[in-house]
Amino acid sequence: MDFRLTEDQRALRRGVRELLAGRFDREVLRGFVDAPSLDRGLWRELGDAGFFSLRLPEAEGGVGLGLPEAVLVFEEAGRVLLPGPLVSTHLAAGAVPGAADGSVVVTSVDEGLVPWLDEADVVLGDVTGAVPVRSVDPLTPLHRLPGTGDGAHPYPPPRTSSWGDPRAERLPTTGLAEATLLTAAEQVGSAQATTDMAVSYAHARSQFGQVIGGFQAVKHLCAGMLVRVELARAAVWAAAVTGDPVEVAGAKLLADDAAVGNARDCLQVHGGMGFTWEADVHLHLKRAWVRAELGMTAARAEETVAAGL
Amino acid sequence: MDLSCTDEEEEFRARLREWLAATLPGLPERPDPLDWPARRAYDCGWQRRLYDAGYADTHWDASPTQRLIFLEETELAGAPYVGANFVGLLHAGPTIAAEGTAAQRERWLPPILRGDEVWCQGFSEPDAGSDLASLRTKAVRDGDAYVVTGQKIWTSHAEVADWCELLVRTDPDAPSKHKGITWLAMPMDAPGITVRPLRTLAGSTEFAEVFLDEVRVPVENRVGEENDGWRVTMVTLSFERGTAFVGEVVACRRLLGELARTARKNGTWDDPVLRRRLGRLSAEFQALWRIVQANVSEAQATGGVPGAGGSVFKLHYSHARQELYDAAAAVLGPDALDLGRDWTLDRLSSLSYTIAAGTSQIQRNIVAERILGLPKGR
Repeated sequence: MDFRLTEDQRALRRGVRELLAGRFDREVLRGFVDAPSLDRGLWRELGDAGFFSLRLPEAEGGVGLGLPEAVLVFEEAGRVLLPGPLVSTHLAAGAVPGAADGSVVVTSVDEGLVPWLDEADVVLGDVTGAVPVRSVDPLTPLHRLPGTGDGAHPYPPPRTSSWGDPRAERLPTTGLAEATLLTAAEQVGSAQATTDMAVSYAHARSQFGQVIGGFQAVKHLCAGMLVRVELARAAVWAAAVTGDPVEVAGAKLLADDAAVGNARDCLQVHGGMGFTWEADVHLHLKRAWVRAELGMTAARAEETVAAGL
Repeated sequence: MDLSCTDEEEEFRARLREWLAATLPGLPERPDPLDWPARRAYDCGWQRRLYDAGYADTHWDASPTQRLIFLEETELAGAPYVGANFVGLLHAGPTIAAEGTAAQRERWLPPILRGDEVWCQGFSEPDAGSDLASLRTKAVRDGDAYVVTGQKIWTSHAEVADWCELLVRTDPDAPSKHKGITWLAMPMDAPGITVRPLRTLAGSTEFAEVFLDEVRVPVENRVGEENDGWRVTMVTLSFERGTAFVGEVVACRRLLGELARTARKNGTWDDPVLRRRLGRLSAEFQALWRIVQANVSEAQATGGVPGAGGSVFKLHYSHARQELYDAAAAVLGPDALDLGRDWTLDRLSSLSYTIAAGTSQIQRNIVAERILGLPKGR
């Protein structure tokens, strides 16, 4: 047993990090926030780099790697807030022509939501009657399917969802489990990014004659962020190795906690600055909220893990 | 990312599992948890059985993976926990193994492994708990002995111990309070030692006040160099935070399974709030187990001593353990108020976890300063 990354896995992570740093830095991110659209050129470049074909066999033109490697790559995507239906297109590689090389953008119906519907070339699932919503995340356009919360009730009535009955909970099928896990990996990347941002700000910002990172109240926020991201990462990596659906559900639950909780704490460490549009923290928080609704919600994840007890 | 075990490790697991299945039914009945002399006898008896079967040294001689397998299998089988041997096996033992001389290892390690000698922990003092380096118990060199005078508190297992891992101040004029400390092995039957058991809120006397009045401790009982005790202590504490709780994580996972069975029987499982609470706890303990594996992998690669990652683990574990017993109380309902029921005493004991072995506040400082590199401060 050696839970650490192999040399090849570290090299893969380094490579993806460098590619994204060169092609999708903060300035590019902010450009797309001001004018949201999907960058087809970048999508092709991701395809050329093997982002979507990572797990296809080499005989089919893929890279021939596994879920643990995919998790590392999606962590990096989450870290820089890379936009687009990355998970759907990755999962469609090999099944939908053009998905593997990034020439085709694939989205899918997920928990009653459809991200990037207008920009996608292929949509998996029935989107009849889908209506656009003003997405909370400026870089994730969303449609909602009818009957999935039409605003008639401010709170969903207790028995119309599958929450109440544990027997209604089904363990996710393989494809859903993979989508859930890769979404969780993006959350871990985002949780790491907000931890790094908070620590870096705590080193730089001075108040009362010293950097705020010297104050215990700030240090303890940062330490709590590290604990959340480490716990979530261990869960996501292990689930990628075992492929166990219950472990995947638990990993999504903890990764959502980490991404949302760390973005909130990062905002708090930034103080007033964190509440402005200029800081990137809100982009992480909003994306984390969207991802928490995709793949598997907290309620369903908790029920799934409980059903495994 | 490899979670699989080698064939050799799997054989070890199979052999151990078989031995546990054959041995556990023949164990004597567990003693009253409040009766420490009886608990000492029981815990040492269990340790002796492990020794005779060749499993005693898994705590510090075996590979870290083997140790994980040992802890996982013994907990899953419901075997006794280390109990009174906690300090010797998980604390003093690994420290002596890492920092002691050949003669010291020969003198102290075999009796710990055989369950012949029990150790206690003499670290904290009335004014030096979380600020451990402020300790004042002094040791003055007199020929071939240190003469020790002072007071220790929260001395775990002092009532039943043969030896004490004792931190003393040997240089009161050292430039920093961390520099003048020495690590001694003190025999608990030496003249001048008075032990006054302290009662915990759980009713047990698992720790004590210890008064030291000119106690002579031979110089040869010093582990590490004089005034270098803080470094030795950090080795001890990294074991305490890094690996000492490993078996308990498995125990918590087992308890969650029992809770779910009880809840299904008594109807509380139909409460979605409680059911989902148990689901969340299960996800957390599963992840904590994975963190243990990550920390062990790291320690295995870097030479055996766990690093500050132990603090990350301990921070979450100590809170999750308390939440687990609160959830258990919700499943038990009014029975949770009955000290005769399973889990009620454990619920009370769990209150110490966010304090002992470094409070959560101290652990957060460690994580912030040593891992995240934030400046030291108050």
